[in-house]
Amino acid sequence: MTQTMTEKITGAEALLRGLVAENTELVFGYPGGYIIPVFDRLYDFTDRLKPILTRHEQGAMHAAQGYARVTHRPGVVIVTSGPAATNLITGLSDAMMDSTPLVVITGQAPSSMLGTDAFQETDVMGITQPVTKWSFQIRSADQVSEALARAFHIASTGRPGPVVLDFTKDAQTGLTDAGYEPCRFIRSYIARPVLNHFDVKRLADMINRAERPLILAGQGITIAEAESELKTLAEKADIPVAATLLGLSSLPTGHPLFKGMLGMHGNFGPNINTNRADLIIAVGMRFDDRVTGPVEHYAPQARIVHIDIDESEFNKNIRVDLKIHGDARETLAELIPLVNKACHREWNESFDRHNDSERRLVAQSAAYGTDPEAAPTMGETARLVSEAAGEGAILVTDVGQNQMLSSRYFNFTAPRSIITSGGLGTMGFGLPAAIGAKMGDPEREVYLFTGDGGLQMTVQELGTIMQYGTPVKIILLNNNFLGNVRQWQSLFFNNRFSMTEMANPDFGKLCEAYGIEYLSVATRADLPEAIRRMVGSPRAMLLNVNIDETDMVFPMTPPGSPVDFIMINPTETYRPES
Amino acid sequence: MNNDLTLYTISVFSENHVGLLTQLSNIFTRRCINIESVTASACSVPNIHKITLTCRSTAEMMDKVIKQIEKRIDVIRAFCYVDSELVYQEVALYKISTTRMLAENHVERIIRNFGARILEITPEYTVIEKTGHNDETEALFLELKRYDIKQFVRSGRVAITRSPIEHVDEYLARRQFMKPE
Repeated sequence: MTQTMTEKITGAEALLRGLVAENTELVFGYPGGYIIPVFDRLYDFTDRLKPILTRHEQGAMHAAQGYARVTHRPGVVIVTSGPAATNLITGLSDAMMDSTPLVVITGQAPSSMLGTDAFQETDVMGITQPVTKWSFQIRSADQVSEALARAFHIASTGRPGPVVLDFTKDAQTGLTDAGYEPCRFIRSYIARPVLNHFDVKRLADMINRAERPLILAGQGITIAEAESELKTLAEKADIPVAATLLGLSSLPTGHPLFKGMLGMHGNFGPNINTNRADLIIAVGMRFDDRVTGPVEHYAPQARIVHIDIDESEFNKNIRVDLKIHGDARETLAELIPLVNKACHREWNESFDRHNDSERRLVAQSAAYGTDPEAAPTMGETARLVSEAAGEGAILVTDVGQNQMLSSRYFNFTAPRSIITSGGLGTMGFGLPAAIGAKMGDPEREVYLFTGDGGLQMTVQELGTIMQYGTPVKIILLNNNFLGNVRQWQSLFFNNRFSMTEMANPDFGKLCEAYGIEYLSVATRADLPEAIRRMVGSPRAMLLNVNIDETDMVFPMTPPGSPVDFIMINPTETYRPES
Repeated sequence: MNNDLTLYTISVFSENHVGLLTQLSNIFTRRCINIESVTASACSVPNIHKITLTCRSTAEMMDKVIKQIEKRIDVIRAFCYVDSELVYQEVALYKISTTRMLAENHVERIIRNFGARILEITPEYTVIEKTGHNDETEALFLELKRYDIKQFVRSGRVAITRSPIEHVDEYLARRQFMKPE
């Protein structure tokens, strides 16, 4: 009798072999009842798949996000069912908003028990669908390889995003044929749209006729790895570039055509000139309300061209004159030869003039304090850390004032240098994301800016740093307040500081408990030396910087105001001369 | 308020995956759009499901909703139509009192005028079926009210386009052509 002997393996084994076939290096996770068969097999895979045990499932998610953002590969998370699955929701939603590729596997009750309120059963499909790019329930071992292959394809192509595979226990233990085939095609899903050459030509014509063009660089540049195309296009047609928060580092901060950050706490030049431009070329960004302000006052003089890989972004928030559905790199590469060499000297210098005003009116006090005995400002801490960190450092932030000031004053020299929670604004994102980022690229230094509020939301991940010795540098901007909300209460709610003051633990003792080096400074005079020691240390360190709770983030466009209405302090607004 | 808005019919062609209806209804819920009717069925292409929804909204909002529906991985294509582009029907069933019906002799005229038909008669009740547009089934409802309507039910809309082009077939043919070896 002739018969081909096919190797039979369990669904759990098939999953892990698939992860290896997809070149997964790290698996972030947390075990539990309905996923034990997978962790049992993982015990024999640790030479190929390094397991990272976080202290909470949310921490695993943000760590995987940090990893994915620096490596451009899907972050992999494996957790159990029920409470573990519900703990993923924040991370899924964050990754969905910020287009981060994740492949997330949740354990699930045996398929025979589904819907019976079994122990640790929850409707993972129902609750994850609104916050994932795709979710799928694996109910038999035979479905494992195909589902995993699809998950990787969907998570990492097109506009990346999180994918959930809900893996019933009987599917983990059931037997199936060995063999893994990566997925390259799903008929209902177009990973890479076909570029409309006519539209690219139209855009080139618009650029060639424009007098005041402006490029808005979003994270799409980073995701598509279109940094060099962006630079070439900007230089050839002499177009100033402004970045969204997530688009920072797509062009180095020091590049003469890089004019700053857009948005509520962005720079004068880009925000004011958004409303003076005659052509806006938005690449891989989504006109978030924190960038546009009220849409009826946004860019009234400009024709707007929107390049994006996600068709549902077109005309969602801002009506555009031309939409180009495509990959940012492919589109810009095709555009470059069609645009003429140009010089927009006066237009470009107008950005610099506004930004000079900003330096004089805001940055001077925010980032260059003088009194040696006073508390350092958040802005100068960010500036000094960035100067000491040197080239290639990665900035990870939490959410709030720490996020805005560090991204404003950090000097980005290399691509993929900012990891922050943009769309969802997840406090607690920073610490685990910094761990994942450092694990993803151990060669680069990772500096986390966080606040006393955000740090404590996921502070248990100090245990992950302890267990794996991950040398992240944590700068804690500590004002014993939820600073950003305090700022709004101060500016818009009549100084009524409802629930924003925090009694904090002794962070030094906390670090001691976790074996993490700790430094604390309270005066400006002590800050440079402390930063020097932190930068020079090969180990993880937390630098506590006591700051004044009245320190605020400026400039600020108040909610509901047009982008060129800019507060420079609590009582004054900026009125550009020209 | 809803009277200012147009009635749109949305046809969604999808893979047969669990939870698709949840995914679709989530999109409408997030946009605060009330789904007026929904029908799921097979379509002319094997293994592809067709979901027909109706709702009142604006053209601009429908454009956004359609793109968000198509963004779902398992959705093959989604289309939005106004009534003039479609041939459409709904089915309504009416359960009325047989005694009341027999007491008056208008029933034959009503059935005839409305092109309705009787499905079942028992001594207690009679079930009448009417296929047509919403206003027609509604008109029959008002007419039958005097016979003591015990139950009334109306299906969601089913619709077929008047276009000579079958967009889903073309899409699938094109995708098949793109498929790597």
